Amino acid sequence: MNAVTVSDVSKIYTQGDVKVMALNKVSLKVDAGEFVAIAGPSGSGKTTLLNLIGGLDSPDTGHISVNGKAFEKMSSGDLAELRLTQIGFVFQSYNLIPVFTAEENVEYILQLQGVGKKERKQRARAMLDDVGLEGKYDRKPSQLSGGQQQRVAVARSLVSNPTIILADEPTANLDSVNGESLLQTMREMNEKHNVTFIFSTHDAMVMEASKRLITMKDGAIAGDQVK
Amino acid sequence: MFTQLAWRNIWRNPRRTAIILTAIFIGVFSMIIFAAFSRGMADGMVDNAIDNLVGHIKVQHPDYRSDPDISHRLPDPNAITAELKSLLPTGAKITPRIRVEGVVANARETAGVEIVGIHPGMEMGVSFIGDAPMDGRLIEDGDKNGIVMGAALADRFQTEVGKKLVLTTQQADGETGSRAFRIRGIYRSEIEATEKAYVFISYTAAEQLMGEKNCATEIAVTLPKEYRNGRLAPLVQKCRDALEPYHVSVNGWKDLMPAISAYLAMFDAFLYIWFVVVFIAMGFGIVNTVLMAVYERMREFGLLKAIGMRPSWIVRMVLGESFFLLAAGCAAGTICGMAVTYYYGHAGIDLGAFAQGVKMWGMSRVIFPAIEIGDVVAANAVVVVLGLVVSIYPAVKAARFTPVETMRQN
Ligand SMILES: Nc1ncnc2c1ncn2[C@@H]1O[C@H](COP(=O)(O)OP(=O)(O)OP(=O)(O)O)[C@@H](O)[C@H]1O
Ligand SMILES: [Mg+2]
Repeated sequence: MNAVTVSDVSKIYTQGDVKVMALNKVSLKVDAGEFVAIAGPSGSGKTTLLNLIGGLDSPDTGHISVNGKAFEKMSSGDLAELRLTQIGFVFQSYNLIPVFTAEENVEYILQLQGVGKKERKQRARAMLDDVGLEGKYDRKPSQLSGGQQQRVAVARSLVSNPTIILADEPTANLDSVNGESLLQTMREMNEKHNVTFIFSTHDAMVMEASKRLITMKDGAIAGDQVK
Repeated sequence: MFTQLAWRNIWRNPRRTAIILTAIFIGVFSMIIFAAFSRGMADGMVDNAIDNLVGHIKVQHPDYRSDPDISHRLPDPNAITAELKSLLPTGAKITPRIRVEGVVANARETAGVEIVGIHPGMEMGVSFIGDAPMDGRLIEDGDKNGIVMGAALADRFQTEVGKKLVLTTQQADGETGSRAFRIRGIYRSEIEATEKAYVFISYTAAEQLMGEKNCATEIAVTLPKEYRNGRLAPLVQKCRDALEPYHVSVNGWKDLMPAISAYLAMFDAFLYIWFVVVFIAMGFGIVNTVLMAVYERMREFGLLKAIGMRPSWIVRMVLGESFFLLAAGCAAGTICGMAVTYYYGHAGIDLGAFAQGVKMWGMSRVIFPAIEIGDVVAANAVVVVLGLVVSIYPAVKAARFTPVETMRQN
């Protein structure tokens, strides 16, 4: 079973009178445990594709399914449930809830899943340790660097034991040192937990590190290369 | 953590929180103060009215109220009094009176008045005359020719303590009878009309004036505090049943003074209208604040939805924030409101400056604000429940933000 199946998906955005074909009949299969980078110029549809795979938006035509579940048959509540249990998100920025500490940001999703308090704390801390943030549990996002914030986001996306992580330019706001170590962390998680990663990037170093590189252009897939 | 999140969100903008808390505080505070003040005013009015020879329960001939004539006197007042004593709780004061219409005259003036024959000792704490301020003194039991009149009437008659008055009225046998009395005292009342309405003589003197022994027209009962409101009706019914054989009418004060009862009912309605009016002013503030707080955090709600938070949970979270604000504001408003009322409930508020106008309405000069738990609960319930209701709109707005749109707004 494929982790992600995208078939013939198109997405058109209308802004005023202008129609933008953000995705044009995109088809894509990703297997469980893959580590996929999506590259392509700005406006080529990377974010749109990730949002659709995450069920944050719905396609105008075509089908998407995650872990064998077809989105078109699911209610918005089902989709929320799917995101909560199967999919982790890392956004380019603004990933964290500002009033929560690092630990609480990670813990929160476990509470939404109904995990008990003790286990929540334990798992949240272990995950923060894994991404290299031991001892920074009680910091608010404003007290963390951009790289550290992204790590918290990665920890948050992983702590709920999802099968797929969707990351939209996770290293875009980071310098090369921080970017590299975050990427390192992601790879470790991929190997350790067999979590599927799909992430968009402009960063050559990140493309280099991926095991499969998909290139997009004008809302369509222009290249798909497995290393 | 829902609670934590809601709680911390409140403190993200302390200034805004302070403003809204103040608004809620002032709203609840003013509701309680207003309620207590008007209750105090109403209580004072009721007490005055009851003091005015009404009492809490009254036994009369069934026709006396429509035609207050000596022919409509009570059959066997002694037996009825004895019966009442056995029925009523200890602490109840029972006193018979002879009340008839008549004419009072001296050399200069004549006036229509109500002649009231009383047992002076038994009126203490029962009606106003028992402890009214007085020039001279109150008549004594068995005083055969003493009379007490009101200051306003005495002014008109240009008379004073020690002078003579003549009372004329219809006697028990239907003949007209007259007797001369000497003024023992001139009483003052808070209400001028009262001073002009009643002259008091002893029960014995009234019997003589009527030419009939034991001709009480009413038996008035004053009850201990705890029996005056909720527990009154069953007590009245009990007396009614027991006194059935005498064919008398037994009424509680609410039946005796229908105008006042109607006023009290209307007053309740006004109070709740006032609550809602205060709330409407406050409600706009609440909606605005919550809406602002929600729009500021659009991205956050988008994020929460993206990580799998259901819209209904977001609604719950926003309502939780409102609830904290409402509860805190209400608690502060209630505590301060009750403290202030408690203080003035003992000290009283002197309306001396408006005394002239106040007198006309049968109100007391000094008002003792009275807290009723029901009012406090109602004020709080109105604010919290309606506060949550108006917060539903911003909460639903927050739940509707879609992740994709909010995330794009960098
Ligand atoms: N909500 C929207 N409303 C209108 N147009 C949109 C919307 N989202 C995306 N678009 C348009 O769709 C196209 C694809 O956008 P998308 O964000 O997927 O590109 P991208 O590859 O992620 O670009 P970048 O590398 O700059 O992030 C763009 O032309 C964009 O302007
Ligand atoms: Mg993008």
